[in-house]
Amino acid sequence: MPTNQVRKKKSARKFLKGNNISFIVVLPSIFIISIFVYVFIGWTGYVSLSNWNSLAPDLSFVGLENFKQLFTSFRFQSDIRNMIFFSLLFIFGVVGLGLFLAVLLEQNIKGKWLFRNIFLFPMAMSFVVTGVAWRWILNPESGVNLFLQKFGFSPGWYTDTTIVPGWKVFDIEFGLPIGLIAVLIAAIWQMTGFSLAMYLAGLAGIPEEIKEAAYMDGANKFQAFFRVILPQLKPITFGVILLMLQVSLKIFDLVYTMTGSGPNFVTDMPAIYMYETTFKGNFYAEGASIAIIMLMMIMIFVIPYIMRQKEEH
Amino acid sequence: MPKLLSKSIIYFILIFFSLIFLMPFYVLFVTSFKSFEEVSFLTMWNLPSSINFSSFSHALNQLLPNLWNSIKMAVPSTIISCLLGSINGYALSKWRFKGSEWIFTFILLGMFIPFQSILIPLIRVIDTIGLYNTIPGLILVHVIYGLPITTLMFRNFYVTIPQSMIESAQVDGAGFFKIYRSMIVPLSITGFVVVGIWQFTNIWNEFLFAIVITGHSQHPVMVALQNLAGSQVVEWNVQMAGAILAAIPTLIVYLFAGRYFIKGLLAGSVKG
Repeated sequence: MPTNQVRKKKSARKFLKGNNISFIVVLPSIFIISIFVYVFIGWTGYVSLSNWNSLAPDLSFVGLENFKQLFTSFRFQSDIRNMIFFSLLFIFGVVGLGLFLAVLLEQNIKGKWLFRNIFLFPMAMSFVVTGVAWRWILNPESGVNLFLQKFGFSPGWYTDTTIVPGWKVFDIEFGLPIGLIAVLIAAIWQMTGFSLAMYLAGLAGIPEEIKEAAYMDGANKFQAFFRVILPQLKPITFGVILLMLQVSLKIFDLVYTMTGSGPNFVTDMPAIYMYETTFKGNFYAEGASIAIIMLMMIMIFVIPYIMRQKEEH
Repeated sequence: MPKLLSKSIIYFILIFFSLIFLMPFYVLFVTSFKSFEEVSFLTMWNLPSSINFSSFSHALNQLLPNLWNSIKMAVPSTIISCLLGSINGYALSKWRFKGSEWIFTFILLGMFIPFQSILIPLIRVIDTIGLYNTIPGLILVHVIYGLPITTLMFRNFYVTIPQSMIESAQVDGAGFFKIYRSMIVPLSITGFVVVGIWQFTNIWNEFLFAIVITGHSQHPVMVALQNLAGSQVVEWNVQMAGAILAAIPTLIVYLFAGRYFIKGLLAGSVKG
């Protein structure tokens, strides 16, 4: 059986070579991520089903009681509404404005790098700093209102409690809370640079011939843009939407600094509710339930996206 | 790209948006150079009558310990997470093993979770190991939750290095670590700069972990700034000056290395 032994030796040596070392090198990270991401999520899930709503841990099982309470509360219903409208308009604004500015910058513009840097500058700022600045700019008694008043406008910005159209759904008025617009402006201001950079890279990657051909057909310029160029940018658009969606579903620091929950919770968000109820109110089980809902909402979009990306490779 | 609109309209639109984008910076600077007597709701847009540094010295007084906390937190976290991300990215892109793609996805998903979903256990664990309300505790957290993004960025970077280079080094007898040291690290200086800048900016600007894991004396600057801004007794010229002080390190990085910052932004966009 000498051949077998040789083979065994060889495989033992091979075990410590290359790909196996690679596995051993990654192993600590796998271990750490397993615990700090996956086990912790399970732990939070367990807390969300428990009765731990005071300082002292009480992990007795209460089923979906915390979730039931959340969904029947005025505050959480408001949060869901705010999040839906915030996410939709935020993504629309970031994608739309970023694409628009990217296309303009593609037109052989002098000083392109300067414009690009101006639009990307806010990306390097903290949401907290953004919140401080915009809170003053959109203060109803100051800031941009000093200009708008000259034209007879005087929006209440984040102090406005109107909901448009304000259909009565469960305990809340459903619609776009006008107060959210102030937060949206600040958030879009900060994140547009991201989609702009992505689209600039995408446009640069489209072969010149395709761009030329698009306009050769004699088609209307805008039509050519929408029919030929835009489809080429589809993968980028999907990527931007996904990444911006997870920013908006998690949004915390900007709102917390700029407006807080707002009057009647018009600018409240699940992340703020989670933070306050858990770490200021000691309602751990309630906070854990909010966290689990946030996680599920994000994973519904992220997991299919990642799976699709994997398939394409 | 062929023309869509006439040039002058394009310049008009670009300049218009530039002014909007610069407006908050204008307000921050103008206000922070005013004295307290000079700030008022109605004169917010006016230039200061004279350059006055009192709000900066006031803000610096308040924020200096926190700025120092932020440096002590962000620098080590950035260095450690770059090193870990680099070796992970190298392993997962150049030495694939059975299941390595799945392991990559397994790690990557950690980047998307809302941190709220791990905060409650995290604080218990950090407290148990004695790192609650400490800078090392924050460093640990940033390193751990930075693993997915740094691994992703370095992996995307290393994928562009041809496999044939690794193979020919192997023929010459070099192994996993030798190739990493003598070939990959020198080739990935740009990668380290890009990921380093990205991580530093994000960790410096991070808020949720900072506010939950540290108490008053250990707060990084963003939490201190939020407290300053939330307080009713602090004048807003001081708040604005504080905001500038808190933003300066990342703004300087952006001014001098904006190119790499943008590279990082593109490198971090998910490619499975």
